[in-house]
Amino acid sequence: MQKLERKELVDLLRQMLLMRRFEEKCAEMYAMGKIGGFLHLYIGQEAVATGAISVLRPDDSVIASYREHGHALAKGCDPGKIMAELFGRADGLCKGKGGSMHLFDKTRHFLGGHAIVAGQIPIGTGAAFASQYEGKDQVTLCFFGDAAVNQGVFHEALNLAALWHLPIVYICENNRYGMGTAVERATPVKDLYQRAEAYGIPGEAVDGMDVLAVRECVGAAVERARRERIPSFIEAKTYRFRGHSMADPGTYRTKEEVEREKQRDPIVLFRNHLTAEAVIKESDWKALEKEVRTAVEEAVRYADASPEPPLDWLLTDVYVSER
Amino acid sequence: MAIITYREALNQALREEMRRDPRVFLMGEEVGLYQGAYKVSQGLLEEFGSKRVIDTPISEAGFTGVGIGAAMVGLRPIVEMMTFNFALVAIDQIVNQAAKILYMSGGQYNVPMVIRGPGGPAHQLAAQHSQSMESYFYHVPGLKIVRPGTPKDAKGLLKSAIRDDDPVIFIESELLYGTKGEVPDGDYTIPLGVGEIKREGRDVTIVAYSTMLLLALQTAEELEKEGISVEVVDPRTLRPLDTELIMESVKKTNRAIVMESGAGFAGIGSGIGAIISEQAFDYLDAPVERVTGANAPTPYARNLERAKIPSKERLVAAVKKVLS
Amino acid sequence: MAMSVVMPRLSDTMEEGKILRWLKKEGDRVEGGDIIAEIQTDKADIEMEAFGSGVLRKILVGAGQSAPVGRPIGVIAEADEDLSALLPPVIDSALRAATSAGPGAPAAVPPAPQVGILGRVKASPLARRLARTQGIDLSLVKGSGPGGRVVRRDLADVTASIQGAGQRAPSMSPAPAMAERAVTIAPTTPSAEFEDRELSPMRKAIAKRVAYSTATVPHFYLTVEVAMEKAAELRDAMQVQAPDLKVTFTDIIIRAVVMALARYPAMNASFMDDRIRIHSRVNLGIAVALEAGLINPVLRDCGKKSVMQIARESKSVIERARALKLRPEEYTGATFTVSNLGMYEIEEFTAIINPPEAGILAIGRIQSKPVVVDGAVQIGQRMRMTLSCDHRAVDGATGATFLQEVKRLLEHPFHLVLQPE
Repeated sequence: MQKLERKELVDLLRQMLLMRRFEEKCAEMYAMGKIGGFLHLYIGQEAVATGAISVLRPDDSVIASYREHGHALAKGCDPGKIMAELFGRADGLCKGKGGSMHLFDKTRHFLGGHAIVAGQIPIGTGAAFASQYEGKDQVTLCFFGDAAVNQGVFHEALNLAALWHLPIVYICENNRYGMGTAVERATPVKDLYQRAEAYGIPGEAVDGMDVLAVRECVGAAVERARRERIPSFIEAKTYRFRGHSMADPGTYRTKEEVEREKQRDPIVLFRNHLTAEAVIKESDWKALEKEVRTAVEEAVRYADASPEPPLDWLLTDVYVSER
Repeated sequence: MAIITYREALNQALREEMRRDPRVFLMGEEVGLYQGAYKVSQGLLEEFGSKRVIDTPISEAGFTGVGIGAAMVGLRPIVEMMTFNFALVAIDQIVNQAAKILYMSGGQYNVPMVIRGPGGPAHQLAAQHSQSMESYFYHVPGLKIVRPGTPKDAKGLLKSAIRDDDPVIFIESELLYGTKGEVPDGDYTIPLGVGEIKREGRDVTIVAYSTMLLLALQTAEELEKEGISVEVVDPRTLRPLDTELIMESVKKTNRAIVMESGAGFAGIGSGIGAIISEQAFDYLDAPVERVTGANAPTPYARNLERAKIPSKERLVAAVKKVLS
Repeated sequence: MAMSVVMPRLSDTMEEGKILRWLKKEGDRVEGGDIIAEIQTDKADIEMEAFGSGVLRKILVGAGQSAPVGRPIGVIAEADEDLSALLPPVIDSALRAATSAGPGAPAAVPPAPQVGILGRVKASPLARRLARTQGIDLSLVKGSGPGGRVVRRDLADVTASIQGAGQRAPSMSPAPAMAERAVTIAPTTPSAEFEDRELSPMRKAIAKRVAYSTATVPHFYLTVEVAMEKAAELRDAMQVQAPDLKVTFTDIIIRAVVMALARYPAMNASFMDDRIRIHSRVNLGIAVALEAGLINPVLRDCGKKSVMQIARESKSVIERARALKLRPEEYTGATFTVSNLGMYEIEEFTAIINPPEAGILAIGRIQSKPVVVDGAVQIGQRMRMTLSCDHRAVDGATGATFLQEVKRLLEHPFHLVLQPE
C-alpha cells in the first residue's frame, strides 16, 4: 500500500479521537437519562472501523452490529444526527425510530446497525450480491463481533459468498468477550480467522489496535473483492475498554487485564507513532482535541434542540405503500 | 380468457415480471436445474439463465438474508421456500430484519421482496410439512401476506406482490397447483388488500381463503339445495385485510363464519372474528363461529389427517348453528 | 467549574441506585473518567465514573444510602470555588414537581351511579339494536334462538303482529327499558356534550400516585371527635400575641401531630417490602390545593419546633407552593401528612396515603353542636378527624393510640406550648 500523506494520517487520528470523545459523551448522556435503552460503546476498538472504512469509496456499503456508532461516524454520518437518534429525536438519522442499535444512513450507504447477533451477516452478503448482479464494482464491509461466528447464519453467509464469489469483506472484531463470555469459553478454535478455511476464502488476523495495520490488511482484501470478486474473512484482534453495555458489572474479567489492555490504547499508540515520526506536534494534538470536543458538543446541542418525533410517526414507515 | 392451472398461472406471473423488470430474480432450492420442486419455475432457467434463476444450497436463513440485503440496495428478489414450513428456519431474517428495516431506518431502506412457496396441509405430509404458516406472520407489522385461492388470483396477486415495495409473504398450496380456472389474457394485476365476494348469498357469510375457499364454495352449493343462501368472502390478502368488504357482507347476512386450515388457537379466525365483533357487533344475530384445524400437529394417518382439517360436515354444522 | 455529581442512570430500567461505597473522599482530586464510587442498580453493582475534573468537595449521599436517578449525590469543583450558588440540579423540574405532588387531600371520586339490576335478557346484538330503534321491550319477547336467545326473526314476528293489529301491542313499551337507555346515553355529538382536557404533568402524576396508593397500600381508617374549645382559646391568645402571624388551627393541629409522632414513632414509618423503616425525624407534609392539582410542602425536622415556628414556616412554604416556587427538597421526603378541608365546611373525610408514608390525618371542620357534659346538654365546639393508616406498617391499636394522643394534646393544648424543653 502506498505511503500516506500527512493529511491522511491526521485524518485517521482525528477519526479515532472523534469516536472516543463521542462515545464518552454518550456515556455521560446515558447517565443523565438523555439516552435510553441499551447503549454499547466502541471505546477501545476505534482503530478497526477507522482503518477499515478509510479504504472504502463513498459508494461502498457498510453494515454492522449494535455496537455501530463508530462505524457510522467513519462512514461519514453526521454526528449531530447520530446523537439526535440516540436521544430519540425527530432529526435523528432514523427519525428517532431506531436508536443506538439501529443507525441507518442511505445517503452514506450505511446499511444499518443490527441487534440480533449475526443477523446482519447474510444481509451484507445480499448487498454484495446486488453489486455483482448489477455488474458494479461496489464492495461491502460487514462488521460483527467474536460471538457472531457461532451463529448459523455466519456460516450460511460465508458459504454463499464463497460459492457465488461475492465482493464482500467480513470483519470480525474479536474484542475477546461476547457480552460476559470469553472467546475460549465459546469457540474451540483459538484463531477465529481459521474459520475462513472451511469456505475456501482468504482468512487473516490483524492487530486491531494498530490503525495502519488494519488499513493495510482491509485495503488488500477490498481490492481482492473489487477486482477479483474474492470474499475475505479478517479477524481484527482488539479489546473493549468498557462494559458490554452500560449495565455491565464487569465481573467476568479482572481489572488488571483491563488496565493491561489499556496500555495498548489504539489512539495513544497512533498518536505516539505520529509524534515519533514528527508528523504531528503537541500543538497539533491539542488542536485536534479541541476540534473534536467542539464537534461533539455541537452534536449534543443539535440533538438537544431537535424536537421529539410527532406522535403520528408511530404508524408511518410500517409499510411503504401507507406512507 | 384461457383456462389454465394455478401452477401455470404462477409461472406466467414470474415469467412476465422477470421480462418486465431486470431487477427481478428468483432464488431458492431447486428452482433452476430441477425446474422447481413443484414445477412452478419450469422453463425459467432456460429463458433467464442462471444469473436470474439461482439455485441455492439448503440454507434458508442465509439466502433469505441475501434477498433482504439485495432488496435494500435496489433489487427485487423472489425467494422461494420449497415449502413454507422451511421459512421457520429463516424466521429471524423475515421477522427481525425484513419486516422491521423500513421502520428502524425511519423510512430510508425498504425491502421490496417476495417470499413465496406452498403452505398448509396437503396429502399425508405429516406434522413438519403441513403447517398453515400464515398465522405465524399474521402477527407481524411490516409484512404483507397473500393467500390466493384461484389461478386468476394467483397470477394477478403475484404480479402485484413482485411490484410491491414491501416484503410480501406469498403462500400457495400443493393442493391447488393442479386446479384450473379462467385467467384473463395479457398483463393484469390484482391489488393487495382487496378481497372478493366469490359467491353472493343472504343468510350467512363465510370468510375463507386458499384451499378453504374451495371447500366453502362446494359447501355453499349443497346448502343452496336446502334453501340456505351462503355468501363466500375471499379476503385473498390477510395483511392488509379488506375489512370493509367483510363488514359489508356481515352487515347484510348478520352471521359470520371464519375458516382456516391451521389450528384455530390464536389463528387467523381469532383475528378476523375479533374484528367482526368490534366493527359489526350490532349487526350480529349469532356469535361469530370459527371452523379451523384441530388443536394438534398434523398426523400422518389418512383418517386422522382428515379429522384434523376442516371438513364439509363441520362447516355445515357451523352454518346450521349460526342459523339456529 | 463547579458541577453536581448526580446519581447516574446505568441501565435501561434503573430508577434509583444505592451507593455501595465512595472510592474518593471529600477533598480528593478527581479527573474525568476516574471511578469515584460503586453503585448498586436494579441489575448489577457498577462502577461510576466522574464526568468532570476537580476536587470532590462534597458527598451528599453517603455509602449505604440510595438516591433516585438524577438526584445530586456529590459536588466536584475547584478547591477554592464557592459552592453556595450550586443549586441541586433539577433534571426536569416540572416533571419532578409533578411526581412529588402528594395526594394529601382525598381525590374527589364521585360515587358510582346506582344502576338498577334488571333481569338480563339474552338477545343477539342485532336484536338489541332493532328492539331499541323500534321501541320493543326485549324482556317481553320470546326468544327462539339457542338457549332462548332473542334473534332477529323473533322481532320480525312481533313487528308483524303489531302491524297486523294496526296498533301498538301491550308488549311494547314506548320508552326503552332502563338497561337499554344506559346504552343510548352515549353522546352523539361530542363537542356539545363534553370537553376533553389534556392531562397536565401534575395531573398525571397525581393520578398515578393515588391509583398506585389505593391499589397497593391496604388502608384502614380511624375517626375520632375532638373538643376544640381550648385549642380555640390558644389560637385566639396567639393571634393577640402575634397579630401578623395569624396562627391557624392547622398550625396547632400540626404541632399536636408532631408531638404525638415523637411519642409514638411507630406511626412515623414507611413500609419497605422487607422491613419497616422508622424515621428518626418528623418531616411533616401539608396537603395544599392548587389550581392545577395538589402539592405537599414539607416542614422538615419539626419535632422540636414551636407552634409559632410551625406557623411561620408553614405560612412561607404554603405561599411558595401556591406560587409554584418550591424547590424539590421542599416537597419531597415527608414522613406523615396532614390534610385539612375544614375551611370547605367538610365535616369529615378519609384521605389517601402518600406512599411511602404510613399515615395521613384528614381534618374536618369545627362545628357547634349539642354535647353532653356532666349529664347536661350544652353547646360544644367539635372537630372530627380521620386517620388513614398503611396496615402493612401499623395496626389498629397503634393508630388508635397515636390518634388518642393527638386528641389529648388538642384538648389539653398547654402541652403544646409547654414543650419543647
